[in-house]
Amino acid sequence: MTTVEEIRPAPVELGRRRGGPDVKTSRTDRWWIPSAATAATLLAFVAYSTWVAFQNAHYYHPPYISPFYSPCVSSNCKYQQLPIVGTWWKLSPALIILWFPLGFRLTCYYYRKAYYRSFFFAPPACAVADARPRYFGETRFPLILQNAHRWFFYAGIVFNVFLTVDAVRAFDFPNGGWGMGLGSLVLTVNAVLLWLYSLSCHSCRHIAGGRLNQLAKHPVRHWIWKKLTPLNAIHMRFAWASLIFVALTDLYVRLVASGLIHDPRFF
Amino acid sequence: MADVTMRVWRGTEDGGSFQEYQVHAEDGEVVLDLVHRLQATQANDLAVRWNCKAGKCGSCSAEINGMPKLMCMTRMNTLDVSQPITIAPMRTFPIIRDLVTDVSFNYEMAKQVPAFTPRAREADGTYRMDQKDVDRAQEFHKCIECFLCQNVCHVIRDHEENKGRYAGPRLFVRYAELEMHPLDTNDRRQLLRKRMGLGMCNITKCCTEVCPEEIHITDNAIIPLKERVVDASYDPLVWLGRKIARRIRPSGAPPAQAPGRAQTESAAG
Repeated sequence: MTTVEEIRPAPVELGRRRGGPDVKTSRTDRWWIPSAATAATLLAFVAYSTWVAFQNAHYYHPPYISPFYSPCVSSNCKYQQLPIVGTWWKLSPALIILWFPLGFRLTCYYYRKAYYRSFFFAPPACAVADARPRYFGETRFPLILQNAHRWFFYAGIVFNVFLTVDAVRAFDFPNGGWGMGLGSLVLTVNAVLLWLYSLSCHSCRHIAGGRLNQLAKHPVRHWIWKKLTPLNAIHMRFAWASLIFVALTDLYVRLVASGLIHDPRFF
Repeated sequence: MADVTMRVWRGTEDGGSFQEYQVHAEDGEVVLDLVHRLQATQANDLAVRWNCKAGKCGSCSAEINGMPKLMCMTRMNTLDVSQPITIAPMRTFPIIRDLVTDVSFNYEMAKQVPAFTPRAREADGTYRMDQKDVDRAQEFHKCIECFLCQNVCHVIRDHEENKGRYAGPRLFVRYAELEMHPLDTNDRRQLLRKRMGLGMCNITKCCTEVCPEEIHITDNAIIPLKERVVDASYDPLVWLGRKIARRIRPSGAPPAQAPGRAQTESAAG
């Protein structure tokens, strides 16, 4: 058996001259476009969600509630869902809860790639030099906290349950009983995308079965792991789809609640 | 096709520069074909490492127009031949001459990988593995050791000082293969965290992008290793579960999750 103590740092000779030109990159394609597009989209989402979180209005129009305000856990909510925070809380209810989905997305393995490239320039693109002279990766505070991703995943599952309940309630109209409006579909698609994003998460795949060396001895977990693996392969798509759609869902509820558009009822 | 302008890095550890050549290209050729033609007709002393010309030996790694690629797998019709095509040696490793680099760093790091240590044989003297458990590691066996992933990884490409404390993507694939092996009993998680720099990888996926064998290095090797390190060091629930399991397990019984798996946490200190 090998222990850590038996392994000494590799005897690698450092500082020998490298070949090739001493330039940041020799790439001739437009390598900066994906990073710039990612940065622009993420910045637009951050700007929109910050405005939404602080606005504290137009987030509820029965039976629709904005995903940015659900679960509504303060007593000043327009939609009493789970009032565990008392009347002392005067700010927007969204500010209490948004830390969890924010943490889930910030520590997500896909988004880490996205913002390390787009904002940290570490690296800006493949075979393009880092912006910083020294690099420690995720070995030190604060980036070592990325290891908490699975905790945010657990919280994300709880949020998904609430948003699923919201989607079901979106078919229960105050005066007309069960029916379906465009908003019902919007909230349903939003919940489905968030579930797909959560279930395709790398931590989810690991917890489900990836951590086992003998998957065959755990047939149920192996089955789940096998089902999650193809979802995990397209985690990036679910990350973007769910991010954009959650903003669109909020926008739809906001427009209906503020009276700018009318929610079409199908039945 | 017509003549193509090629800018090829010529030099040794004493220095070098790009030299420009006009090389004839035929339809269907790859970059290595042109390098061979250049070597045969204009630059007989050009140093280039190659072997199979089929993308299976991993010898002809280079940087074509700045991107790490195998020369034998880069078709000329994927490049804009109206512009000069640059070919440089892999940037991360010390140069020997022209397009040939000294990749011994990777072999030194490979020597550090704790060996496969199988559990005891079964009563009939055999080892048995279920095909389901074998399937997961098959992807890792495709690695041809071209070291393009090591070359593109910014942790050592841009930070020479990290060599020696960072195994790199190719070796993480090897670690993952061993860690997921259904028979292996070694636990390399603390080693990965403390000495092999797993935490320095910030999963920007360049290793996956350049892998000519299309191994999902980040998703299937590095991230699962990171999650295993979280199990070992950063997850209080897993820690608590292990404590409880040890308390309720009859003395001498093997752990439930990983039978026969040796623990090195205490040794790690």
